Amino acid sequence: MCGNEAMAESAIQAGLDAYFGYPITPQNEVTAYMSQRMPEEKRVFVQSESELAAINMVFGAAATGKRTMTSSSSPGISLMQEGISYLAAAELPCVIVNVMRGGPGLGNIAPSQGDYFQSVKGGGHGDYHCIVFGPSGVQEFADIMPLAFDLADKYRIPAIILADGILGQMMEPVVIPTNSKLNTQKLKLPKKDWALTGADGRKQNIVRSLWLAEGAIEQHNYDLQAKYRQIEKNETRCEQSDVDDADIIIVAYGICARIARRAAQQAREQGIKVGSIRPITLWPFPSEPISKAADKSPIFLVVEMSCGQMVEDVRLAVAGKTPVVFWGRPGGGIPTVEKILEKIEQLTIKPKK
Amino acid sequence: MVKQINHLYEEVTIAGFGGQGIILVGKLLAQAAMKAGKEVTFMPSYGAEVRGGASNCMVVISDQPIPSPVVSNPQCVIAMSKAALAKFEKTVKKGGTLIINSSQIDVQPKVDDSVEVVKIPIDEIAVGLGNAKVANMVALGAYLQKRGVFSPDEAAESLPDVLAERYHVIIPLNKKAMQKGAEFVKNNGK
Amino acid sequence: MQTVFKRTPTLKDCPTHYCPGCGHGIAHRLVCEVIDELGIHGRTIGIAPVGCAVLAYDYFDVDMVEVAHGRAPAVATGMKRTNPDKIVFSYQGDGDLAAIGTAEIIHAAHRAEQLTVVFINNAVFGMTGGQMAPTTMLGQITATTPQGRQADGQGYPLNVSELLAVLPGAIYVERCGLCSPAHIRKAKAALKHAFELQINNAKGLSLVELLSPCPTYWRMTPPDAMLHIQNEMTKVFPLGRLKG
Repeated sequence: MCGNEAMAESAIQAGLDAYFGYPITPQNEVTAYMSQRMPEEKRVFVQSESELAAINMVFGAAATGKRTMTSSSSPGISLMQEGISYLAAAELPCVIVNVMRGGPGLGNIAPSQGDYFQSVKGGGHGDYHCIVFGPSGVQEFADIMPLAFDLADKYRIPAIILADGILGQMMEPVVIPTNSKLNTQKLKLPKKDWALTGADGRKQNIVRSLWLAEGAIEQHNYDLQAKYRQIEKNETRCEQSDVDDADIIIVAYGICARIARRAAQQAREQGIKVGSIRPITLWPFPSEPISKAADKSPIFLVVEMSCGQMVEDVRLAVAGKTPVVFWGRPGGGIPTVEKILEKIEQLTIKPKK
Repeated sequence: MVKQINHLYEEVTIAGFGGQGIILVGKLLAQAAMKAGKEVTFMPSYGAEVRGGASNCMVVISDQPIPSPVVSNPQCVIAMSKAALAKFEKTVKKGGTLIINSSQIDVQPKVDDSVEVVKIPIDEIAVGLGNAKVANMVALGAYLQKRGVFSPDEAAESLPDVLAERYHVIIPLNKKAMQKGAEFVKNNGK
Repeated sequence: MQTVFKRTPTLKDCPTHYCPGCGHGIAHRLVCEVIDELGIHGRTIGIAPVGCAVLAYDYFDVDMVEVAHGRAPAVATGMKRTNPDKIVFSYQGDGDLAAIGTAEIIHAAHRAEQLTVVFINNAVFGMTGGQMAPTTMLGQITATTPQGRQADGQGYPLNVSELLAVLPGAIYVERCGLCSPAHIRKAKAALKHAFELQINNAKGLSLVELLSPCPTYWRMTPPDAMLHIQNEMTKVFPLGRLKG
């Protein structure tokens, strides 16, 4: 199974009720897979007329309390930003998968990590966040889906999976998380008593994002922010290895993190103390572990398939305590272990006094 | 202190044009590697081309977690067409292997002296078996004989997993093609 | 004393924010009466547009959602597909449905979504201050056609209902006018039919276009606005059943 299909099947196992999407490379396997599997499961699949429509179909299904998702790639995700802002404002749970490709514009169809800012800083208008995951392998791509749905439901928030063309297209052995384990988890989730199910015998439910009364939207924003602080406290996830004695710490996510990890291991074999931190949630960002690691004054090397986006969050976390260096390739260029090793070696050269 | 670790880390690029079964044979190699208990990644080229355009895939087989499925300097390149050779000949690692479909390629490859070049009339062998479409299997057989992660017969066990059911009738032919490819390499030394 | 007319329960008892003489009040009442008469209050979900009717949930006492501009048919699709037992309707103005949401309404009809659409055509953008709508009449003065709408450069009034009626997935399309008691009774019958089709699981989209007065931005008195619909608007937007 390729990453796209593994993720899609995992979403189905996680209780996906409805998938809406519009074809775009490199995630066409998702729409094709869903068009086959969702009807088999007697669930909903609609190929929409645009990404605008797809995200709003997600909005509709989510407003009635159903588990729903869409997937796309960078240009399509840009079109969805309006809908994502409305979903965040109306506090509707859903999952959005972005199999990133090279940009800006139509760019190309090669893998990229150029949509980091768009995903973690909001993307649409207004002050909001989505939970953002950055899986680094086909297995994790699949494993994250049930968690993404659960957290979306728990906090009434859209969750974004930020993958890339490699993760979507590559195949590696994978075990799909089955639903028996998930059902027990689901029981702990809050009841969706806000959902639009028909006002039979109860007061009318309204799902809205417009608050015209003076001070109302200000208060709504404070409430959203309080929720975001809770998520930061409870849901930040990252993986650290060999950080304690490290002179250099590589920070990378997604497919880059796998490549960087190997470079770090090879550097250790050469006697250079390199550790790595891999954010699994990109928002909330693992600022605390990075800040803590920065206290020991290693050099941070941030590797991305972009011109440097996550590096800004690393710098914010490090807060000037120690140098933060960036290396990356945009637009489909893929970092190699050798190149990262070269960068590591450069960082070990002591400057001449 | 440099530790020398002798673990399996085999990267192979298979390249040709659409319709040659490049992706299929890559999947077969990956599937067989998985069944053999190895770590494996498979990465196809994906693009606007469906038929006739360039097609390639990369397979990595290891006994350790694989950092990147994207291969820039593989130990082995299998070039099924002239264009594929031109694109990938320079990527072969020093001391690696280049397998060439000599039915289509009449030029001398530009490679490092340390690279072993294996020329094999893949298309002719396939046609000799009665079906030009099994050229990909001939190539895989040759590769397995040369690089030996596992035997062609072991690989053939995964054929039912990667072939659509309507093609299952030609599984024996595919297996035969792999054996022929392996035999050719065995009998022709270099 | 005998009660001859009373507010139908689904229409909330609250002061209106609409201008004097506005057609939205009539349309709201008709939709609510139909919902109550058909006994579907408990399983109806309504969709409010962006436009003057954005606050429709303040008047309709059913489960309501307010959505992005023009996207109501897509949202409705998401709702109805996942909740086939519910009655889903969108209430959209001419900016929402005929301008920014053209793609969504055409494709909802083209997919034969089982939805009921109430389309309010008052030939002007009300909420933003009386600008030209796609349905604005030739020569009509608006905030963005100060010389009156000219075909050359500003195009012709857009007959969305006629466009939709040719699609196989649109099973019922009718245009009515909220311009006299008789017309209003007819409009109610049309709305009722549109909802009944969905209740009876008819496979396709039903739409009722209501020519609706906007005295404020037509710069007319409410009675003149009613007459304007009857005498002028119906020439461009003829009343009657276009499909079904």
